[in-house]
Amino acid sequence: MKKLMLGNQAVARGLWEAGCRFVSSYPGTPSTEITEQAALYDEIYAEWAPNEKVAAESAVGASLAGARSFCAMKHVGFNVAADPLFTASYIGVNGGMVVCVADDPGMHSSQNEQDSRHYAIAAKLPMLEPSDSGECAAFVGEAYELSERFDTPVMLRTCTRVAHSQSLVKLHERDEKALKPYEKTPQKYVAAPAISVKRHVVVEQRMEELRQLAETTPLNRVEMGDTAVGFVTSGTCYLYVKEAFPDASVLKLGLVNPMPVQKIRDFAAKVDRLIVVEELDGVIEAHLRANGIRVDGGKDLFGPLGELSQNKLRAAMGAALPKFRTYDEAVPGRPPVMCPGCPHRGLFTVLSKLKLTVLGDIGCYTLGSGAPLNAVDAVLCMGASIGMAHGFTKMLGEDAARKSVAVIGDSTFMHSGITGVVNLAYNKSIATVLVLDNSITGMTGHQQNPTTGLTLQNEETYPIRIEDVCRAAGIERVRVVDPQDMAATEAAIREELAADAPSVIIVRRPCALLKYVKHNPPLSIDPDKCKGCRSCMKIGCPAIRFTDKKASIDPTICVGCGLCEQMCKFDAFEGGARA
Amino acid sequence: MKTTSIMIVGVGGQGTLLASKLLGNVLLGAGYDVKLSEVHGMSQRGGSVVTYVKYGDKVYSPIVDQGEADYILSFEILESARWISYLKEGGHLITNTQKTWPMPVITGAAAYPENIVEKLSALADVTAVDALALAEQAGSAKAVNVVLIGVLSRRMDIPEAAWLKAIEETVPAKFLELNKKAFELGRNAG
Repeated sequence: MKKLMLGNQAVARGLWEAGCRFVSSYPGTPSTEITEQAALYDEIYAEWAPNEKVAAESAVGASLAGARSFCAMKHVGFNVAADPLFTASYIGVNGGMVVCVADDPGMHSSQNEQDSRHYAIAAKLPMLEPSDSGECAAFVGEAYELSERFDTPVMLRTCTRVAHSQSLVKLHERDEKALKPYEKTPQKYVAAPAISVKRHVVVEQRMEELRQLAETTPLNRVEMGDTAVGFVTSGTCYLYVKEAFPDASVLKLGLVNPMPVQKIRDFAAKVDRLIVVEELDGVIEAHLRANGIRVDGGKDLFGPLGELSQNKLRAAMGAALPKFRTYDEAVPGRPPVMCPGCPHRGLFTVLSKLKLTVLGDIGCYTLGSGAPLNAVDAVLCMGASIGMAHGFTKMLGEDAARKSVAVIGDSTFMHSGITGVVNLAYNKSIATVLVLDNSITGMTGHQQNPTTGLTLQNEETYPIRIEDVCRAAGIERVRVVDPQDMAATEAAIREELAADAPSVIIVRRPCALLKYVKHNPPLSIDPDKCKGCRSCMKIGCPAIRFTDKKASIDPTICVGCGLCEQMCKFDAFEGGARA
Repeated sequence: MKTTSIMIVGVGGQGTLLASKLLGNVLLGAGYDVKLSEVHGMSQRGGSVVTYVKYGDKVYSPIVDQGEADYILSFEILESARWISYLKEGGHLITNTQKTWPMPVITGAAAYPENIVEKLSALADVTAVDALALAEQAGSAKAVNVVLIGVLSRRMDIPEAAWLKAIEETVPAKFLELNKKAFELGRNAG
């Protein structure tokens, strides 16, 4: 039976079919749905971890216990999980272990475009790269076989176009795997210097054996066609090659670390021009060049930036492009914005008004950087706002501390903000931190986290209180405000900025998209009372328009939150909660 | 059969994903190889969103490039202007006439272009419908997506029964009648 499945859904199906029992992940676009889908199978224990490092360590523990285990993360999530995974390569596995890392070429929903293949090479972990949903499911099974045969965690690399595309998957039954007995084996599992010295030898031997396997595995496949050009490629790029040049010869790599040398050399000998097609960095190309294999085109043709596509391949290869016509007038951009009713809007309106330096973080509230709020000064990575605020205020002194804040979401705070707060107390900072608690992990599509009191399966669990965590970390000034009340929010921020101690303000209101959040009827504006002062436009709400020198409200998207009304000095708003 | 490419474009939150799911179910039921590609996350938040739907004997690339779309199904008229270069020569644009202002227009940094339908009609074969009005007539502004699928269905070589079956399989039971009505209104428009 075949079914249309999202790549992420197919990875989850592959986990179930391969007998996986344990999944732990932190959400991250484009990897999130794997774990949500895995949780739907009764045979798999699945959970949200507070961050990728804990998820990876938990998967290592489950593997030691003898289970086939798994964790998924986005490319930058691997940065967080890298510490355990680099050494997991040394201690190996008991039950098979697979780590999926989802890259985001083109940065549809990411802060950088790093190429995870470097990690596979650096951590000395084998890496498989599927092209579509069918391969997502099948390669998970292959990855577990390699993991147990070669005693190593195995990486599975996807990208946005694999993770978030749907294609047909052939379904199989589950191959139930009993727990492998755990035996105390310190000479393998204890990564202490004397032991790791010996394990490193094993790791290098294993990679050599995998290099041999790479020459013969059907994961690496030659499709001979016209021999004028031969493409070496993998993943989604294989599909672009087939679309643009269906008759050309192709060597498709399914195992991208380690790569075969002889197989590629033999392929190169059969074609007139050898072209390497890969998104982001020239990893395959560098491997070929290092092994003295002739490359007639690669990064010089396609560059290191963004996603590739069939037209980019055609253009780079000098082939004809499809004809098209363009709209010859400027089309205004449509950047993403905070939703109508978003609780972050009230806070960012206040921050914008106070003209503070805002050290931001990763989440929906990164959108506070956009016009007209323009309220964010810097965004780096998960949890970085607090550390950045610390360094910034230490160097610029008390005056700067009175004019700057860190802004971080509830899930991001749990992920890696806590250690930043510990540092503020320990190192005598007077910085002010705003924790935007919207009771959910928002940007990735509403996942539970340790503060929400619910597990991945929506079972009740202990709700970690952010205020308790901050107090326990040594912050004495901790308070809670509702960003819907902009006057109270402003007053609280002013007070904490003036304080001679580190402070945390928990800015608390649930995400407007949560099902239990009730909305008011839409507001309207009395055109006779509206003076056209544009004060209500300052909040950057997509439901407010301005035509003929008057503001008006789009009732199809207004949720009646009333923030705009708080901005109005002329009592021009009607409807909403009063209706 | 060669691959047919459809692009569904709109504004995050307009229900484009349900439209692509429905279309995928119809095409799968018709026995084609099908690929759908969508983008989640940051770009969903009221931004410009694009979904690709491709079908045929064997589909390779999951994305549609400039000059490749046989059909563009657009939920918002400015988005039609943005994506028209993806239509192939002889392709067909089906567009909602609804306008949703993007933030640069709201802030006054840019103007919303005028007479877009007329200008697009000079470039391509265009069917423009007020899908919001038809959706409201069917009972809910949220049914814009199914109205537009109805308009598209008239132009594709797939029996009406297959569309209705896919609607039954895709939408929740309590909204079934509303969506069937929205589909019929769309099918009979344009």
